[in-house]
Amino acid sequence: MLTDTPLSEAMADARHNMEICNACRYCEGFCAVFPAMQRRREFSTADLDHLASLCHGCQGCFYACQYAPPHPWGINVPQAFAEVRAESYAAHAWPQPMGVVFARNGTLVSLLTAGIVTLVLILAGAMQSSDVMLAPHSGPGAFFAVISYNVMVFTASAAFLYALLAMVLSTASFWRASGGRFRPIHFARALHDAMTLKNLGGGGDGCNYPGEGFSFSRRWLHHAMAYGFLLCFAATAVATIFHHGFGWIAPYAPLSLPVILGTVGGVLMLIGTSGLLWLKILADPAPAARAVLGGEYALLILLATVAKTGLLLLVLRGTGAMGWLLALHLGFVLALFLALPYSKFIHGLFRTAALVRDHGER
Amino acid sequence: MVDLTRTYDVLVIGGGNAALCAAVTAREAGASVLLLESAPKPFRGGNSRHTRNFRGMHAAPTKVLTGSYLEDEYWDDLKRVTGGNTDEPLARMTIRVSAEMTPWMEACGVRFQPALSGTLSLSRTNAFFLGGGKALLNAYYATAARLGVDILYDAEVTSLHVDDGFVRSAEITYRGFPARVSARCVVAAAGGFQANLDWMRQYWGDAVDNFVIRGTPYAKGKVLKTLLDQGVAAIGDPTQFHAVALDARSPQFDGGISTRLDSVPFSIVVNRDGVRFYDEGEDVWPKRYAIWGRLIAQQPGQIAYSICDSRAFSLFMPSVYPAIKADSIGELAHKMGLDAATVETTVAAYNAAVQPGRFDSSGLDECRTEGLSPPKTHWARRIEEGPFYGYPLRPGITFTYLGVKVNENARVLMADGKPSANLFASGEIMAGNILGRGYLAGFGMTIGTVFGRIAGREAARHARN
Repeated sequence: MLTDTPLSEAMADARHNMEICNACRYCEGFCAVFPAMQRRREFSTADLDHLASLCHGCQGCFYACQYAPPHPWGINVPQAFAEVRAESYAAHAWPQPMGVVFARNGTLVSLLTAGIVTLVLILAGAMQSSDVMLAPHSGPGAFFAVISYNVMVFTASAAFLYALLAMVLSTASFWRASGGRFRPIHFARALHDAMTLKNLGGGGDGCNYPGEGFSFSRRWLHHAMAYGFLLCFAATAVATIFHHGFGWIAPYAPLSLPVILGTVGGVLMLIGTSGLLWLKILADPAPAARAVLGGEYALLILLATVAKTGLLLLVLRGTGAMGWLLALHLGFVLALFLALPYSKFIHGLFRTAALVRDHGER
Repeated sequence: MVDLTRTYDVLVIGGGNAALCAAVTAREAGASVLLLESAPKPFRGGNSRHTRNFRGMHAAPTKVLTGSYLEDEYWDDLKRVTGGNTDEPLARMTIRVSAEMTPWMEACGVRFQPALSGTLSLSRTNAFFLGGGKALLNAYYATAARLGVDILYDAEVTSLHVDDGFVRSAEITYRGFPARVSARCVVAAAGGFQANLDWMRQYWGDAVDNFVIRGTPYAKGKVLKTLLDQGVAAIGDPTQFHAVALDARSPQFDGGISTRLDSVPFSIVVNRDGVRFYDEGEDVWPKRYAIWGRLIAQQPGQIAYSICDSRAFSLFMPSVYPAIKADSIGELAHKMGLDAATVETTVAAYNAAVQPGRFDSSGLDECRTEGLSPPKTHWARRIEEGPFYGYPLRPGITFTYLGVKVNENARVLMADGKPSANLFASGEIMAGNILGRGYLAGFGMTIGTVFGRIAGREAARHARN
């Protein structure tokens, strides 16, 4: 059933695109979007929401399209779907009023980050004397001499649990809106597609980035960033086990598991985010959605900054710079956690959900 | 910067598949090559931009084709669709050479779909380009640029100076300014003249205003005309074109594949006067869609209307424009601007003539009419379950058959039968030698690729001797 509510401009544009694409179907070999489109004859907003999240923005269909601008039909699927995704993220944000942040995502993620980092620095300065902040610390508990263990763990846990809850509820809302049956086998297949970025394969030669030529650069850089992020997360998890399970107190030795995981993860994140930023700067503006670029830049820069401050902290942890660096790094980490549900980061969950639904439809 | 005062080894006129195959092949053979495309860059590629597949002979399954498709079967298919309006030696040569093409195409960056799940099950005979014809063109243009072919867009050849079968120079308009280009050899790959409505009007009168040109608006036939005016032998009936039925709401040019409508076999089709004029269920749609353009072109006002009910609506591909929808036949007729009473009478007469039988949308079935003229011989079910759906249809012209005569080396022949000293042709401008009538899916791309390769090779060889 098509809804009678007036369509947003992005939805109307996406429907115009899909109606023409579904009468053409030349792109069926590129990715999961086009076979999914071919299962439909009409495109409700729920269908368009689903297809938009299924789209990985590889841009293969744009360069292959006989109806791309300046053709009067102006078909531009990657752009139309990027705009629909921004609306999806807003519509399913939890709590719902937070959806408005997706309209000015670049600005608001940047402002949130600036605010949180400033607050953490002020609080660190207020709660700790400048002698302690500026003195070199060493040995177990060096970090906690600057910011107390309880404050650090409570703040981090609360922020992380909040982000997790908001993201899970958002994704659940997205899943319910477009329907679909959940089966573990579909989830397993979707997870495989998401972890390998299969749909950035563009039919075998990669996606069209930064321009018309084919390349796997975006896929590899995204892998570096995403797996780097997961390694950093693993480093924190291992450190928690060390602390509570074994009573081993941070900072850990350079060759300890948390430091190795964090270092490798941080370097990968830095490579991935820097590379993706560089690709974005070089990218052909024609298939891009200008309205969402700000949010994408903001998250990439935030992730890169978390990685950079973390690595810097590792290098300088034996010096007097450690105190303020630690506060700075934790400020960025806190900002990242709080921004996760309200940033481009949410695309990973929505896209995985769309992939699960897609496997269920096949 | 391209130097137009330089004498190139090979000048390729055109920017579609046949032109690119010629340019890349000539450059690979060491010739200096200038390619002139009359369209601006975003619309480069002529009708190839709207194509999708390549018909290739093969003895065994390949990466991109299933089963086998041997010379005799291929030739039989061609003989059938052309009604013998072909040149057997040239056609058989084209078919045989087609077997060697896909590896070269892939080496040029052309990518194929592994197998097809789409509308027409052609995966045995036809290799489908991943992303379609524009993706293929992108690959060829990138290859041509990498090899050092000089490419100019917005560069239209207005006339060639032919002197006793020898092309001396070409007059061009480049970005609106006139220029003259000379080359040792010339490959004419500039397509037919279907987008030149004034030329079409000579044969069809004002009916051309009701024709939709499915492909590029840049196929004006200027190169074809200048050659035919200067003693080059013509081939093909100038009055004939390939036409399909498509949505009357389509843009006049460049609507491409999306505008086609597959509703006919599951509908009845009436003309402007509200009466039927041809058996809609004569054969399966892939074998009949190409005659419906002609049928509609012969109706008053060159328009027709396909009418079906809700049971038939999901049996054909979605349309690019929404169907006209109504709860009664009379209302539907009214919405389409037809006389409601006449259409109601036509539908009632048809419904009364429908015989019971097994319905099968996937093949020739038993549902037909009895005592109706013209009959509907398959898929005839009563049009009775609302809502009712209608589409206005117009003839959509794909290409014209008139061309220049060539020999097996792609060399253009003069009216006296002698081959030109330095002029070659490939693609739609010479396809009439082999496909003088009818249509075979993906065969235009085969002719363009095979003759493009031959023309490029021969032109390079001649220029460098």
